[in-house]
Amino acid sequence: MDEEDFSEHGIAPREITTSKEFSSSRRDEAAEKAKAISAQAALIPGDTLLEELISPARSSIGIELLTKMGWKEGQGIGPRLKRKPRRQLQAEASRMYGCALPPTGSEESEEDDEEFAPENVTFAPKDVTPVDFTPRLGVQGLGYRGLDPGLALLGRVTDEHVDLFKPQSETRSRLFGDRQRSSRRGGVAGQAFGVGALEDEDEDVYHRDSMSRYDTVLKDEEPGDGLYGWTAPQQYTKQKDRSRDASYLGKILEGFTLAQKPLEEKTIFPPPILPRDYRPVHYFRPQVIVSRLSGVSPALAEALKTSRGHMVKEEPQQGGRHQLDSGQRGALLGEDALKGPSSVLDLLRPEDRQRLLSLRNSSAQKPSTPDPPLPTPAGPLPTPSALREQEALAAWRGSSSSQSFKPFEKTPSKQARYELYLSRLRDGDKDALEQSLDPTMTEWERSREREEFVRASILYRPSSSSLSSRFTSAKHQEDDDTVEVHLDQEGDEDDKQEAVKMKMFGKLTRETLEWHPDRLLCKRFNVPDPYPGSSLVGLPKVKRDKFSVFNFLTVPESRQAAAPPKPLEQEKKSRWDVSEKNKEKKNQDPLSERISDAQNQAEPKSEQNSPPGSNSIQTAAGSSEGGSADQPSSEQRTKDEDQEEEEEEEEEKRPPMDLFKAIFANSSDEKSSSSEGESDEEEEENDAKEERSETEPVKLFVISSSSSAAPPASSSSSAVPPASSSSAVTSRLHTEAAASRQTSAKDEEEEFGPKLPPPSAAVDRGGATSTASNRQDEKSSKRSKEKKQKSKKHKKEKKKKKHKKHKSKGKSKKEESTSGSEEDEEDAELSTDELLRRLKSIRTPRTR
Amino acid sequence: MAFPQPKPEPPQLPQHLLKTIDCKQGAVRAVRFNVDGNYLMSCGSDKSLKLWSVGRGTLLKTYSGHGYEVLDADSSYDNSQLCSCSSDKTVILWDVASGQVTRKLRGHAGKVNCVQFNEEATVILSGSIDGTVRCWDTRSRKNEPIQVLDEARDSISSLKVSQHELLTGSVDGRVRRYDLRMGQLHVDFISSPITCVCFSQDGQCTLSSSLDSTVRLLDKSTGEMLGEYTGHKMKGYKLDCCLSSKDTHVLSCSEDGHVYCWDLVEGSLSLKLPVGKAVVQSLSFHPTETRLLTAMEGRVQVWGVQPEEAEEDIQAS
Repeated sequence: MDEEDFSEHGIAPREITTSKEFSSSRRDEAAEKAKAISAQAALIPGDTLLEELISPARSSIGIELLTKMGWKEGQGIGPRLKRKPRRQLQAEASRMYGCALPPTGSEESEEDDEEFAPENVTFAPKDVTPVDFTPRLGVQGLGYRGLDPGLALLGRVTDEHVDLFKPQSETRSRLFGDRQRSSRRGGVAGQAFGVGALEDEDEDVYHRDSMSRYDTVLKDEEPGDGLYGWTAPQQYTKQKDRSRDASYLGKILEGFTLAQKPLEEKTIFPPPILPRDYRPVHYFRPQVIVSRLSGVSPALAEALKTSRGHMVKEEPQQGGRHQLDSGQRGALLGEDALKGPSSVLDLLRPEDRQRLLSLRNSSAQKPSTPDPPLPTPAGPLPTPSALREQEALAAWRGSSSSQSFKPFEKTPSKQARYELYLSRLRDGDKDALEQSLDPTMTEWERSREREEFVRASILYRPSSSSLSSRFTSAKHQEDDDTVEVHLDQEGDEDDKQEAVKMKMFGKLTRETLEWHPDRLLCKRFNVPDPYPGSSLVGLPKVKRDKFSVFNFLTVPESRQAAAPPKPLEQEKKSRWDVSEKNKEKKNQDPLSERISDAQNQAEPKSEQNSPPGSNSIQTAAGSSEGGSADQPSSEQRTKDEDQEEEEEEEEEKRPPMDLFKAIFANSSDEKSSSSEGESDEEEEENDAKEERSETEPVKLFVISSSSSAAPPASSSSSAVPPASSSSAVTSRLHTEAAASRQTSAKDEEEEFGPKLPPPSAAVDRGGATSTASNRQDEKSSKRSKEKKQKSKKHKKEKKKKKHKKHKSKGKSKKEESTSGSEEDEEDAELSTDELLRRLKSIRTPRTR
Repeated sequence: MAFPQPKPEPPQLPQHLLKTIDCKQGAVRAVRFNVDGNYLMSCGSDKSLKLWSVGRGTLLKTYSGHGYEVLDADSSYDNSQLCSCSSDKTVILWDVASGQVTRKLRGHAGKVNCVQFNEEATVILSGSIDGTVRCWDTRSRKNEPIQVLDEARDSISSLKVSQHELLTGSVDGRVRRYDLRMGQLHVDFISSPITCVCFSQDGQCTLSSSLDSTVRLLDKSTGEMLGEYTGHKMKGYKLDCCLSSKDTHVLSCSEDGHVYCWDLVEGSLSLKLPVGKAVVQSLSFHPTETRLLTAMEGRVQVWGVQPEEAEEDIQAS
C-alpha cells in the first residue's frame, strides 16, 4: 500500500480521523429531501449541482454538537472579541504586503462607532451569511415561461396529446420505443457523428443538404418557426391568440403580455323587484293552525297553507318537521301507515306494553296536564288521539284473527260496539269509530267511549297483526273460530274464597274433574287404565266456538251448586227468602239452565242438527254479532212481541223467558223446551226458531240487558203455578264460562231490587234469616225447593232422557260421561235419603 | 286368651336433641329420611347432595352434579337410587353406591321444587316453578316425560306420591290429587299459596300447609276440613310440614325458629321445639320411629324421644 493510502483520505488511513460515527452524515435529511424535490421541479434540472459541489457532503461532529447547543448555521464562532485587538489584527493585516483591501465605508463607520465603545465591552464574533444556492429569480419579465426541460431536451411539445392511433405520431413512437427518430431529436446527434451501433437505420448517412431547407426570401418571421426555440414568448406559440393580441397592439406595456387565461366573469344577479305596494314594515297575521286544517285533507291543508303565505305557523306542539317522527310526518302527508309494527313496543305482549305505557304516562303526565278527551264537533283532531286512531287502523286492518280479549266485558252493549268498531277496522274503514258509536248517547259519553275504544284497540291489537308483516301465514289455516277449552274447568274462585273464609271446606271447595292418566303412567304405577278406550291424556278438552255465546254470557254456577241449608243459624229474615224473589230466581234459573244446556249441547248440536255449512254460518254470525247488536231489526222485534203476547195470555211471567229462548233457539231446542215444562208450545217455537236462526246472535246483548232488567219487573207479577217453577229448577249444569263479573253485576241488580214482604216460603224455614251472606241463603232456599219438588224433577228428568235418547246416541253418551263432575245433575237423581245424609255431613263441620 | 291392652302410653315426642350435623354444604334446603329411616339426605345450596348415616352422623357420600342449589331429594324403596332436583331446572337420578349420575332429566322451564319416586321407583315425579308436574320414566331411556300435568296455574311447591295417587300443592292455592286408579282429579281450594302437602300414614287424609300460617288436615275423599293448626309463622318461605309416624301429631316448620307440634285430633299445641334462631327450613319425620330431622341454615339436627337412645343405637350398631 501506498503512503497515499495511509493518508487521511486514503483507503486505510493511519492518521486519526473522525470515524463515521462522529461525522454525522445526515445534516438535515428533511431539508435535503425538500431540496431534491425542488430541484426536480426547478427550471434547470440538476440545479442543486452547485450546492452539492460547494457544501460538504458530511458535516463533522462538531457542527452537530454546536447545533445541539443552539448554534445556527452562519453564526459567528469563537471567543468574544474586543474591538481593540481586532483592530490591531486588521492593522497587522494591512501591514502585510500584497493587495491590501481598501478600507471600506462600513469599516470606517465601525471605526467611528468604536470610538464610543467602552474598553471593557466585548463583541461576539461576526456572523457569516451562509451561501445561498437558490437560483436567482425575478429577473425575467412578465409572461416569461422559463425553460421546459422536457421540451428542451427531448424536443417534446409541452401539451401534446398522446395520440396512439396516429400511425407515425411522435408520442406514440416514443411510447412504444419506436426507433424511428423524429426530426427534432434531442441530445447529440447528427451527421457528423455518424450512425451509432444501436441505431437501426442509417438513413441519413448520405444526407444531402438541399436548398429547400433554407429560407430564400427575407420576410416576417413566422411564429413558431423555431426562431425562438423553446424559449419563445407565448404569443408566438399560440396562434389563435394573435387576433386578440392585435387589438391590444400598441396598448400593451412593455414587458407585459396578455393573460393566457381569461378571467372568470362574476355573475351578478339583479336585486328582486319589489312589489308596488310593498311597505317595509312587518306585521303579524292571525295564527292559523295548519295541522288543524290538515285534518280535513292534507292536500287542502297544503293549499290553504300556501294561500296564506308563509305566515302560517305550525301547531306549536308539533314544532318543526324535524321534531315530528316519521309516522306523524306520514300522517301529515296523508300517507298510509306502514303495515309492520311501528315500534318495538308493538312486539311486546299487550300486558307488558300496557305496563310500560302506564309507567310512561304516569311519569309524563305529571308535568303536563293530562289531555282530556275533548269532544270536537268539527271532525277528528289530528292530535295524538287521531294519530292513535290511525295506528289502530293500521294495526287491525286486514287482520282476520278473531279477538280474544274483551276489554268491556262488563257492559255487553259497549263490548258489542267495540267489536263493531274492531270489525270495521278490520275492513279498513277509516271512520270506523264514528260509525260504531251509539248515536243515542250524549256527546260526552261518545267522546269518552271514542277515546276508550281507540286506546283499547291499540292496546289489545292482535299480536298476529304486529307480526303478520314479518311472517307468512300458514297455507292451511286451522279452524280459527274454535278454541280448545277444558271440558271441566276449575270454576270461579269467588265463591270458594268465601267458603274458605268461612272454613267450609268440602263440597264448596272441592272439585272433581275427569282426568286421563297416560297409559304408560298407569302401567308404571301398576294401576289399570281407568279409561282403557280413550287416547286422551290429561283433562279432556273440547273445541268451542270462539264467538260462542258463552264467552259473553256467564252463569253463576257455584250459586246453584249444592249448598247446605242452614235452618238453625238463620237469625234474620233476608230478602232472599221472599217468595217473589224466588220466583224471580226461578226466572233466572231457567235462563242459566238453558244457557248451560245450550253450552253443553252446543258442540254436538251444531254437528247434528245442522248441515256442515251451518257451522260456518254460525261463526260468521258470531263474528258479526257485535256489529248489529244495537240495532236489531224492527222485524225481529215485532216477532218477539207477538210471541210475548201469546204467552202473556198463559203467564204474565213468561215474556222475558221467551226472549231467552229466542236467543238460544237453535242451540238448545229440545232440551230447553222439555224443561219448559208441560207447555205444548214446542212446535210453535220451533217454527219461530227457524225464522230467527239467522239473526240469533244479534240479539244476544239485548237479551243480556233485558235479563238484568227483567227480574224486578217480574217480581211484581202474580204467583206462579208450581209446575213451571219446578221445571225451572230441574237440571242445573255447571257452566264453564262462569265469569265473576257477570255474577257480581247480577248481585248488584238483586241488591238494588225492591224489598218485598216476607213470603210464605220463609215460613217453612221458621222465618229465620241470616245476615251472614245472602248468597248462602239463596242457595239454601234453592236447596229446599229442590227437595220439595224432587218427585217432579224425577219425572222431568226421565222425560228429558227420553228426548235425549231419541235425539242421538252420541250426545247422550257424552252427557253421561261428563255428568260425573256435575253434581247437581247427580243430585237430581239422588234419593231423598242420600240428600239428607249429605246435608247432614255438610252441616257438621260448620256446627263444630 | 287375650291379654288386656296395655295402657296407652303418653304420646312420645321428639323433644331431645340427639345430634347436630354440620353439613358443610351451605344452607341446607331440604333434609329427608330414606325409606327405612337409617339414612338421611341433605340438599345443600352448594349444589351438592349428601348422604349421611343418621345413627352415627357420618357422611357417607357426596353427590355432585347439579348446576345450582339442590332443592329436594328422595330415595328409592330399595335404597339403590336417589333422585334430586335443583334450581338448575334438572332432575337427577343418582346411583347410590357409585355416586354417579344415572340420568339427568331436563324439561322443566324453571327451578324444580320437589321430587318424588313412586312406590316402585319406576317413575320420578317432579314439580316445578313452571307450574307443571312431570312424570319421568326411570325404566326407559327416553328423555321426555311420560306425562306433564299442567293443571296448576302457578308454581308447584310440594308433591307427594302414594300407591296410586299423586298429591300436589301449588302456589295458586289449590291442592290437587290425581287419582290414577279412578282417573280423576280432585281439586281442593285453599285460597292461600300451599307450601307443603302430605298424605297421612293411613292414606285417608291430606295435610297441607299454606302461607296464611295455617296447617289444614283435609279429608281425602270429600275435601272437608278435619283440623286446623295455627300458631306458627309461615308467611313467606316454603317450609315443610308433616305428620308423625303414627299419625298422632302434626308438625310444621316455622319462621320463628321453632318446630310446632300439634295434637292431630285436638288441634292443641303439644310441643314447641326450639331449633334455633333462624327459620327452620325443612323437616322430616322418621317413617317408623319417633325421630325428627330438622334443617336450619347449614345444620341438620336429629331429635328423638330420649336423649340416651342415640347412644344405645350406636352401641347396638
